[in-house]
Amino acid sequence: MAIFCDIKKKLGNFTLQVSFDIKEETVALMGASGCGKSMTLRCIAGIMKPDSGKIIINGLTVYDSEKKIDLPPQKRRVGYMFQDYALFPNMTVEQNILSVLGKNRRDELTEYAKSYHLTNLLKHYPKQLSGGQKQRCALARMMAAEPEIILLDEPFSALDSYLRWQMEQEITAVLKQTQRSVLFVSHDRDEVFRVSDRVVIIHKGISEAIAEKHKLYRQPVTYVDALLTGCKNICGAEIKDGMLIAKDFGITLNYQKEDMQETEKNIRYIGIRSNHIQPAHQYDSDAPAFVSAYSVEQMIENVFTCVLMVRLPGSETALRWEMQKDDYEDLSFHDSRLAIPYEYIYLLQE
Amino acid sequence: MDYFPLWNSLRISLIATVITFFIGIFLAYYVVKLPGIVKGILDTLFTIPMVLPPTVAGFIILKLISPKSPLGELVEKYFDATLTMKWYAAIIAVVVVTFPLMYRTARSSFEAFDPDIIASGRTLCLSDTYIFWHILLPNCKAGIIAGLVLAFARGLGEYGATSMVAGYIPHRTATISTTVAYFWQTNQDEKAFQWVLINLAISCAVMLIVNVFEKRISYGKEV
Repeated sequence: MAIFCDIKKKLGNFTLQVSFDIKEETVALMGASGCGKSMTLRCIAGIMKPDSGKIIINGLTVYDSEKKIDLPPQKRRVGYMFQDYALFPNMTVEQNILSVLGKNRRDELTEYAKSYHLTNLLKHYPKQLSGGQKQRCALARMMAAEPEIILLDEPFSALDSYLRWQMEQEITAVLKQTQRSVLFVSHDRDEVFRVSDRVVIIHKGISEAIAEKHKLYRQPVTYVDALLTGCKNICGAEIKDGMLIAKDFGITLNYQKEDMQETEKNIRYIGIRSNHIQPAHQYDSDAPAFVSAYSVEQMIENVFTCVLMVRLPGSETALRWEMQKDDYEDLSFHDSRLAIPYEYIYLLQE
Repeated sequence: MDYFPLWNSLRISLIATVITFFIGIFLAYYVVKLPGIVKGILDTLFTIPMVLPPTVAGFIILKLISPKSPLGELVEKYFDATLTMKWYAAIIAVVVVTFPLMYRTARSSFEAFDPDIIASGRTLCLSDTYIFWHILLPNCKAGIIAGLVLAFARGLGEYGATSMVAGYIPHRTATISTTVAYFWQTNQDEKAFQWVLINLAISCAVMLIVNVFEKRISYGKEV
């Protein structure tokens, strides 16, 4: 149970260049819209053809440009859930599922209908279904084809936020049972974190090394990692003469190390999550932290939190700082000083 | 009154419509899948009969099937028959003239159809034939029927090419349109007028059927 994919395809003004090797797990392809995530799924399913490369699904080579192998989608046994579900509009829910089951497996219909809560909707046409019902139908139809692997293309993006949560739970439950490789495309960082085990980030068509999700969110390595995992404060930085200087934010740190590694020489940015900044008076850890005075430029009130746009002395860009409302009210009783633990100042490469 | 022209017109356009239907949708299906340049060239080629004067189309057909042409010679040799000046010659003329209508409406219906639905059928291991007959065609029904009816109506009224390849021979090749022309040319306006009325009635009936049918083409009521 695995997918190996190493492909290239020219797309408009950039070249898609994706490579990964996944096991029996749920992997998210994450990236901004138009970065080539969906195209990658389409190439794996055989709907689109890469310019070159190799795709192997569970040991079966489905595409190999050198050996001139290019199996049609029908022979790849890939379950593909489309963003808008792609149900057959001229068929009822029942007919949609039966089209896949064929004559020999008709008796399995009731079982699928039951598992996906479609029993009362069998005579409905896709037009008459809600978003969640359409998705359940698409899921049932996909599973009825008994795919070897499952590809989900932005599965929840067409749903409103309430349904989204519900369908996410339902689908995740199904995926957990299937014991198959699942590739999942999304640009929603929370969704990716909840649904997947590992993450492949695609930026302008080029895939980064596959990363374990906790590690990726805790210790982003590149600018794009930080951006896509929701890091709100990113600015250019450089290490010079034992100092880390992030001019825009007005942050200067001692950065002295005996043996700087090659990767550290390539530091181009720093990133700070908006919830990792703390009021200095609350900071009681022994771990070293950057401490500085600040001035509030703007306060934006969310439902449960406050977002402060604050400036450090000599900075050009404000920092985004998110905190609980209680903490915000408490601020006025203390000096205007903030603390950022060193471990939460991400050093980022290009 | 002799109703042969009515019967002849109907059989010619019915048979021609069936032929046009199949050629039109199949060519449309394959052209849609072709890459850019080839698609453009074939598209132009298939659409030309629509903008050509029917007499030019008729002239070309005559050159291809007349007894002096290679094809005509073959038919004469093996079947002892000629293709021109027969009622069935008009079928060829009508197919050529109506084909672009069917082809173009089918092509634009196919192009407007969500390609993801076809792709999803393929990932679900449904054969391309199944997808064509059970998914693509039913969902493009509205456009295809419109094309079909247009082709039939146009075929029924076809004059130019038909008169060149089949001529006007009473009880043999006369169609409604050639009959109207004949009666008018021979100063029998009253008889011409009868056929004009018949033609109008058929056209109205056809359009009415289309309108009624169009309203019924929808899968499931919106909720």
